[in-house]
Amino acid sequence: MADFFAQHYNMIVILLSTTMLGISAGLMGCFLVLRKEALIADAVSHATLPGIGIGFLIAYTLEYDDGRFIPLLLSCAALTAFLGAKSVQYITNHTKLHPDTAIASTMSFFYGVGLILLNIIQNLETGNKAGLNSFLLGQVSGLTRIDLIMLFTVSVLSILLIYINYKTFRLLCFDKTYAQLIGMKTKITERLMLLLMILIVCVGLKTVGLILIVALLITPAVTARLWCNTTEAMLVTAACLGALSCAIGVYLSSLYTLPTGAVIVMTSFSLFCLSLIIRKLKHV
Amino acid sequence: MFEEFLQIDLPALLIVILASIQCALLGSYLLLKKQAVMIDAISHSVLPGIVAGAIFSGALYMPAIIGGALIAGLLAIFCVTHLQIVQKIEYGAAIGITFTAFFSLGVILLETQIDSRIHIDTQHVLYGALELTYWEQPLSLETMPTTIKTLFIMLCVTLITIIFCFKEFTLTIFDPEYAASRGYKQSAYTALLYALCALAAVSCFQATGSILIIALFVCPAACARLLTQNVKHQLIISSIIALLCAVTGYILSAPLPLWLGIDTTLNSAAAIACLCGLSLIVTIIAHKS
Repeated sequence: MADFFAQHYNMIVILLSTTMLGISAGLMGCFLVLRKEALIADAVSHATLPGIGIGFLIAYTLEYDDGRFIPLLLSCAALTAFLGAKSVQYITNHTKLHPDTAIASTMSFFYGVGLILLNIIQNLETGNKAGLNSFLLGQVSGLTRIDLIMLFTVSVLSILLIYINYKTFRLLCFDKTYAQLIGMKTKITERLMLLLMILIVCVGLKTVGLILIVALLITPAVTARLWCNTTEAMLVTAACLGALSCAIGVYLSSLYTLPTGAVIVMTSFSLFCLSLIIRKLKHV
Repeated sequence: MFEEFLQIDLPALLIVILASIQCALLGSYLLLKKQAVMIDAISHSVLPGIVAGAIFSGALYMPAIIGGALIAGLLAIFCVTHLQIVQKIEYGAAIGITFTAFFSLGVILLETQIDSRIHIDTQHVLYGALELTYWEQPLSLETMPTTIKTLFIMLCVTLITIIFCFKEFTLTIFDPEYAASRGYKQSAYTALLYALCALAAVSCFQATGSILIIALFVCPAACARLLTQNVKHQLIISSIIALLCAVTGYILSAPLPLWLGIDTTLNSAAAIACLCGLSLIVTIIAHKS
């Protein structure tokens, strides 16, 4: 047994941390889906790209660690993701444009800026530049020890925060006016939710990639919604589904050397389709 | 120098001009239907179709790729509509589930075909390869790049459909009940619009990549929406803005650095997407003050 652990140490650590990511994303996704804000995640995840570019350029000019200093990259990514979310909110609240339009335009603009930055970086003379592309589609084999530790701590932290704030979060999903009436600080709670989502998106970038991280948030939550009628049950189911699809996805992708993010998303989508079919059969 | 412009820059410019007008026109309608994110779903979902088309035909054979992409795009639209209407899943969540599933299927297909002689990579699909079009004998029809021909035909189809169905589109979007009482089927015109969007996304995809399609569909239309209340003006203004963004974006990104003597060029698709976003920001600021 001890031998087995020593042999597969890397694999076990990767499995454990991505499973944690799956759980935290599944939990967070429930609130997004219940608040009917699923696609904000899409805008946020695309908006991380310019942050990654900026982080790299800052570290590069400071000649720190060849530019690929992950904490700096991710904090810049979180910053631009926050900006992206704010601009979606601004456009929705202050112009007559529909939230849909706000999301799509923000996404394309931030992504375009990010691509230009990556373009500039690719023209710089440094050996490590190619690594930035792993943020687009994610690659588990590229995860370093620091990445894994960050992934694990942030996931556990967000699960804890969701657990502590569960009651306020739930009330915000169903009855915001009531929450305001009984004196809950809805603004702060909403901001906390947004920050938690950004955190999860950012640590998930290297595993699933920024285009597909949306699926990790939305798909398990919607699948859980098909089965459950209470928020608690939905949260638990979504967390399980998220963990399951991450674990199976990581395992399969390492078995057949496929892009991890894509396999995780396909696993999660298969679970969703299976749920639809079973539900249909049971109804008939 | 001039010869070079005709061979490399002229076809690329033609492509962005044709693509931008087409995207802006259809984008305006999607925007007015309050379904701008649909183009996000379509543009990401055509990936597996493109790869499958390339695999089946064994080469980069355009009709097969366009056919595959079109099937994938229409399938994605069907999935979103099905999830939304039959399964009662919220619209945004339905889109999120569908496009990620399609896109990841495409990525997996790409990855498993990596050793074959087919040349498509993920980068190409995400960023577009505007720079790769090449017109061997400029201004002669025989050597005209297929992308330009496809885009030209598509633009004509779009324009003709919009001119002929202008009243129907407008009515079914703004007043479905009245439209129904006049005998126009809302679902039929919605399907027609979606099909046109899928066609547009497919024909632009090869040249411009998925991100530019979204930018061209949404941003110029959003600018026009802020500037006017009239559907006809909306269509005209959005195409003009898209056209301006596309041409300036291309010139800024590719020929300008070379003329200035800088050795590197920027990705044109990304530059155009940025300009589209900037034009929306400027419009919002101007609209406020």
